Amino acid sequence: MGTAAHGSNSNVNYLNEFKGIKSWLLSLDHKRIGLMYMISILTFFFVGGIMALLIRYELFAPGKQLLSPDQYNQVMTYHGAMMVFMVIVPGIPAILGNFFLPLQIGAADVAFPKLNLASWYVFMFGAAIAISTFFSTKVDTGWTFYTPYSIKTGTAVVAMVLAAFVMGMSSILTGLNFIVTVHKLRAPGMTMFKVPLFVWAIYSTAILQVIATPVLAITLLLLAAERLFGVGVFDPALGGDPVLFQHFFWFYSHPAVYIMILPAMGIVSELISAFSHKVIFGYKAIAYSSLGIAAVSFIVWGHHMFVSGQSEIAGVLFSFLTMLVGVPTAIKMFNWLATLYRGSVTFYSPMLYALGFLFLFAIGGVTGIMLASMGVDVHFHDTYFVVAHFHYVMVGGTLMALMGGFYYWFPKMFGKMVDDRLARMTFVLIFIGFNVTFFPQFILGAMGMPRRYFDYIAPYESLNKISTMGSWLIASGFLLSLYAMIKALKSGEKAPSNPWGAKTLEWQTSSPPPHFNFDKKPTVTGGPYDY
Amino acid sequence: MTTNVSHGEHHHSHHFDSAEHEYSSDKEGLWLFMVTEILMFGGLFVAYAIFHSIYPEMFSEGASHLDWRMGFINTLVLITSSLTMALGIFYNQQNQPKKAFWNLIATILLGCCFLVIKYLEYSGKFHHGIYPGRFLDMAVVNPVHQNLGLYFGLYFCMTGLHGIHVVIGMSLIGWVAVRTYKGHFNSHYYTPVEGVGIFWHIVDLIWIFLFPLLYLVG
Amino acid sequence: MSQHHVIPFKTYMKVAAALVALTFLTVICHELHLGPLAGPVAFLIAAVKAALVLLYFMHLKYDNMQNRVIFGSGLIFLLLLIGFSALDIWTRVQSMSTL
Repeated sequence: MGTAAHGSNSNVNYLNEFKGIKSWLLSLDHKRIGLMYMISILTFFFVGGIMALLIRYELFAPGKQLLSPDQYNQVMTYHGAMMVFMVIVPGIPAILGNFFLPLQIGAADVAFPKLNLASWYVFMFGAAIAISTFFSTKVDTGWTFYTPYSIKTGTAVVAMVLAAFVMGMSSILTGLNFIVTVHKLRAPGMTMFKVPLFVWAIYSTAILQVIATPVLAITLLLLAAERLFGVGVFDPALGGDPVLFQHFFWFYSHPAVYIMILPAMGIVSELISAFSHKVIFGYKAIAYSSLGIAAVSFIVWGHHMFVSGQSEIAGVLFSFLTMLVGVPTAIKMFNWLATLYRGSVTFYSPMLYALGFLFLFAIGGVTGIMLASMGVDVHFHDTYFVVAHFHYVMVGGTLMALMGGFYYWFPKMFGKMVDDRLARMTFVLIFIGFNVTFFPQFILGAMGMPRRYFDYIAPYESLNKISTMGSWLIASGFLLSLYAMIKALKSGEKAPSNPWGAKTLEWQTSSPPPHFNFDKKPTVTGGPYDY
Repeated sequence: MTTNVSHGEHHHSHHFDSAEHEYSSDKEGLWLFMVTEILMFGGLFVAYAIFHSIYPEMFSEGASHLDWRMGFINTLVLITSSLTMALGIFYNQQNQPKKAFWNLIATILLGCCFLVIKYLEYSGKFHHGIYPGRFLDMAVVNPVHQNLGLYFGLYFCMTGLHGIHVVIGMSLIGWVAVRTYKGHFNSHYYTPVEGVGIFWHIVDLIWIFLFPLLYLVG
Repeated sequence: MSQHHVIPFKTYMKVAAALVALTFLTVICHELHLGPLAGPVAFLIAAVKAALVLLYFMHLKYDNMQNRVIFGSGLIFLLLLIGFSALDIWTRVQSMSTL
């Protein structure tokens, strides 16, 4: 697509042009900031993953294995809060979005580089507060901080809530930066309908980040004020309404689900087109459906509250509106499938992850439709069916795409090739492990096993055993990934500038790219997938 | 928001085509940020509206405890400060940094004035046993409506968060006032002043709604 | 420099005068004790004042369409939040009273 000069001196790149820890911590380069996010978020992912293994280990058999009931509640809270606020929400936008959004639109940087660096510091500050609560009175509310329990429990809710507030601020600043970048910094000739679909996805996500997060901010501030000053807004004893907390909370947290999944869909669009060696089917439909999902996500939040004491009329309306999400999502699905049709498909590891995404996300999405039906949800609510559903979307969807994105862009980011045989093995382990872990949870939920409980009755035991063993498979898959990537960094083959033969702009600069991305500002004439 | 300044002439950052390109990008970023402010305060207004519809008598009882003259004077103070802020930008556009500087200083002083009146109000409330929510002194206040604490919970949250914004706004104005004094701005480059101005006007805007809703309608 | 529109000094003064006048009007309406209309009237006057600040002090009248849409979108999403929350709470109160 269009013309762009290759790196004239391939030995100088963004990684080695400046040296020393200060050149990283004060770097305004979006690529370096992306890597800083990558290191911090992967660390949090590691910790959150250990929490997950602890939860599964505790549930290996009825009764106490390792954790006391209180410790179990705490571990479950930290697993949820860390994975949501510190891994999946910032994950793809802050790491891959930071790195590749400017590259894909042919810009030298994001619109506000200083703000970008500040976002990382704000994020780390929030994360530090969150982690510090673990060393005081641990939080045990679950990641949703539902009132009135979160007002009454004697744990460090205020600190945790402020941590989420601060990380939310970082999320807002990142989103704001990306919106302006997409509006103002596209290369000459690159109209909005010539930007890659990953950019459309990150752009839609950024809108959600800017619009939804402030409501979370005020909700969390009110909750903190509730605990500190007893203001009463969410406290039924003072005339307040705890269900209002849920309205406010889900006004953010439902769009947040799409903050998590939309960027993943963007990656999948890139991968499917690149490894089918074919122009994406229905470019405009996919682009608009990203915006469509973002818009619909604001009018469906009440489906989290069917059994919370919300009125029946509101429940029916939300149930109906939620079905609308299926439309733009299905549009994307069918377009990806149509892209595969008659493409010359190659099954490198990123493509395997993309296909894994299609499979797992389809299951996650269809069970989502089941849960959106109010009558069915009354039965399934707060059971393992819901746990399985959102892990299929969040892990089977977002993490699969994130892994696919890592393997796809690793050569560009570090200039080294990953051993693809190893990478494909990680996919097999994670994919099988994931299904072994979470598919039994659908059955457990249908059998009535409630979520978030420390213990269960004997009939649930065998399926829980299978689920726990699956979690070990997933863990080994991620550890193998870590090994594969470290090995590639140390002794990987040198990557050419375009190892996959993809067409988007980031592949037209050298691997790794120079400090200002392109030696000569690219001019765009064609579409992003002109195979 | 870049601040590359040397010898009074502003150089735009490398990744923008021109100063004009950078200016319009900065402006868009600012407006996006203002939307987040509106939505954050909006959450409080939504809570206000919902509880007002549930307990109308409680809100009029709460408002009767407030002195509308205090709110009225503060409204005039903030409107005047918005004018001086706008003039601070105006004189920077006219290449008259001295006048711009004094208008910005006046804005800060008016902000102080607002906070002093707010302080008098708060301490008067505390003196009469009026605290938010659960801490409302029932014996002293002797409210008709059992949940009157909720009204003052909202009152203190809304005016408190607004007050924090006034303080932030004043420090930001102090920053651009110093830079104006040093001659960093001219008719071609005054983006930071304009950005801080937009923030300050948002603070004024929110008070424009807070005054009638809390003090008058109740 | 098309975007650096300078609003005349006089306009600023007129807007400020209008804002002060509207503040007095708010208080006068309050003293008239309009009953159920008091709330909507006070809100309406506040909205007019807010519009004046936005258009002139914040230069939105002379800004580009993009920034106006950005600001307007914030209000639309606020309406969604209040709309659905209020719908729940009002219908909830009704269904309770029938029991």
